[in-house]
Amino acid sequence: MTPEVLIEIKNLNFSYGERSVLKGLDMTMSRGKVIAVMGGSGSGKTTLLRLIGGSVRPSSGYVKVAGKLVHELKRDELFRMRRKMSMLFQFGALFTDLTVFDNVAFQMREHTDLPESMIRDLVLMKLQAVGLRGAHNLMPAQLSGGMARRVALARSIALDPLLIMYDEPFTGLDPISLTVIGNLIRRLTDALGMTSIVVTHDVQESLKIVDYVYFIADGVIAAHGTPAEVRGSVAPFVHQFVHGEEDGPVSFHYPADSYASDLELENGFA
Amino acid sequence: MQRATMDLWVGMFVMAGIGALLVLAFKVGNLGTYSAADSYTLTGNFENIGGLKVRAPVKSAGVVVGRVTDIQFSTETFDALVVVSIDKRYQFPKDTFASILTSGLIGEQYIGLAAGGDEAVLMDGDKLMKTNSALVLEEMIGRFLFDKASEGGGRENAGSD
Amino acid sequence: MPRRIVIGIRGVGHRVVDSIWRLGYASRFFLLILLKSGTSLRRFGLITREIYFTGVLSLIIILVSGLFVGMVLGLQGYETLQRYGAESAVGTMVALSLLRELGPVVAALLFASRAGSAITAEIGLMKATEQLAAMEMMAVDPVARVVAPRFWAGVISMPFLAALFSAVGVFGGYLVAVVLIGVDEGSFWSQMQDAVDFRYDVVNGIIKTCVFGVAVTAIAVFEGYDASPTAEGVSGATTRTVVTSSLAILGLDFILTSLMFRGMS
Repeated sequence: MTPEVLIEIKNLNFSYGERSVLKGLDMTMSRGKVIAVMGGSGSGKTTLLRLIGGSVRPSSGYVKVAGKLVHELKRDELFRMRRKMSMLFQFGALFTDLTVFDNVAFQMREHTDLPESMIRDLVLMKLQAVGLRGAHNLMPAQLSGGMARRVALARSIALDPLLIMYDEPFTGLDPISLTVIGNLIRRLTDALGMTSIVVTHDVQESLKIVDYVYFIADGVIAAHGTPAEVRGSVAPFVHQFVHGEEDGPVSFHYPADSYASDLELENGFA
Repeated sequence: MQRATMDLWVGMFVMAGIGALLVLAFKVGNLGTYSAADSYTLTGNFENIGGLKVRAPVKSAGVVVGRVTDIQFSTETFDALVVVSIDKRYQFPKDTFASILTSGLIGEQYIGLAAGGDEAVLMDGDKLMKTNSALVLEEMIGRFLFDKASEGGGRENAGSD
Repeated sequence: MPRRIVIGIRGVGHRVVDSIWRLGYASRFFLLILLKSGTSLRRFGLITREIYFTGVLSLIIILVSGLFVGMVLGLQGYETLQRYGAESAVGTMVALSLLRELGPVVAALLFASRAGSAITAEIGLMKATEQLAAMEMMAVDPVARVVAPRFWAGVISMPFLAALFSAVGVFGGYLVAVVLIGVDEGSFWSQMQDAVDFRYDVVNGIIKTCVFGVAVTAIAVFEGYDASPTAEGVSGATTRTVVTSSLAILGLDFILTSLMFRGMS
């Protein structure tokens, strides 16, 4: 059985003014999978998520979510589509003026007319799924980084979305929280039958939980494959990235004129 | 902060604000003593209004009964057209005498109404027929000097020069 | 040398174009707030919450400042008026100063620095921590859900705060003039009531505070929403809110005063 395709990306280009960030990406993502998008800092991974979510428009090419061209949607159609999507931001982006409970209940109150008693049950169920039912009365400022990330996760599954995008979910977490979040992503994806796109540069943790990996470098897909293929890959870029080597196809030095000419050593003693 | 507590505070805040507005209107301002809603308008032509200003009080027997609402120069009669608004509670006879007076030596100028004996009362939009101009200090001194100079002489014509 | 002049002229042009662009951007944002006020006006609870933060929490500074401004006015007024034997007019002076100018202007300046800066900092921080982006991704419009309730709360709070400022100020003047110095209480109040006209003085003062309230909160929410999403960006925006809205208050006050009180009494 071939799984249904949820996201289709064809020849996607995007540039900020003169600087082109993504150059001709092609991707397909199926339902029920956890897909990792990896790449160095500034390689355009977050931009990719913004393109899928419709916050920015592609310069050319397209993103299709559930058969719809994202950049052609009108604002209310886009908002309707976003109810089926969620995004987990880098540091959770919890609403600091609301309690944990109200954060998770936020979308239910904004988008549904459910009675308060049912919202309460749903919120406690979502919090139970991330193990934080006991913390529902706390304010976000009272949570540790890992807990805040878990609350944000509970909030993003509030309306049972088809798709969750994770923007660097592992950044700044201790090893225990890191494993907890990683396992939660996997478990929730399987339990709710949704699709997860994990943008990360945490190679080891993500290889443990994902089904498929895309490597992006300089705005193009440098490599892709299953975790097993990636681990065994001998392609120089993948090897450098997976093993975290300092120099390789990704150079240590920012592109520059030759060192000697910058220091005026080449013909400075004429 | 609980929702109910917050609502309570906001409620008290709004009520205190409205209370302050009422204090300003009735205790500090004159809304309690004179209301513009219950008033009628009279007009009057004055030869010279001196320093009379819009919003100056209109008094009768020393009691404030209204205010000046508009002052214009009339190009038909070449004098000042003054519009006053009088409290509905006070009715004045048709032949009421209106004069521009000064409270104290350097005080503000106001319109004084002296009731006449007519049976009919002034209605909204009526005209005050009997008016007396403001006393202008320079003219008074001028008249006094002129009188002195022509003492013992024949009849003089004050106000010309 | 001419090159430098050209660069200088270009700099001036750049600034002018830039500020006009920003003004247009701000006006568009203001219209957007008005268009998207439906949600917050339907769910008034959103505004109530913000009235607590902008109005109730500004009460202490407004009340204390009002009391002291009134007391100082009472002292200075007595000091000057008693030379002319007109010390009973001190109530008139206190009330007119507060109602026409000091109440609206000082309360608005305090409001700008207490509540306006807090609004800017809050919205700016929500932007910096991606809360606004998260809301947008949840298909909830941040302008309708975050900006509009704060705007209306500020607009509603401002007249009440200014009224409280003036009322407490008059009381402060009464304390100094009547209780402390011993001006006759009857003539203090009666002269005040004689001189203060409801429509002319009180209503005009309220109109002023409403205009200031709109200006201050519009500037505060705009600066917050427009802040660059960094710590420096937010702190810069907070400073700009206080400076811009203070200047706006004083400028608008001059315009309004010249329209309202021109050539009268």
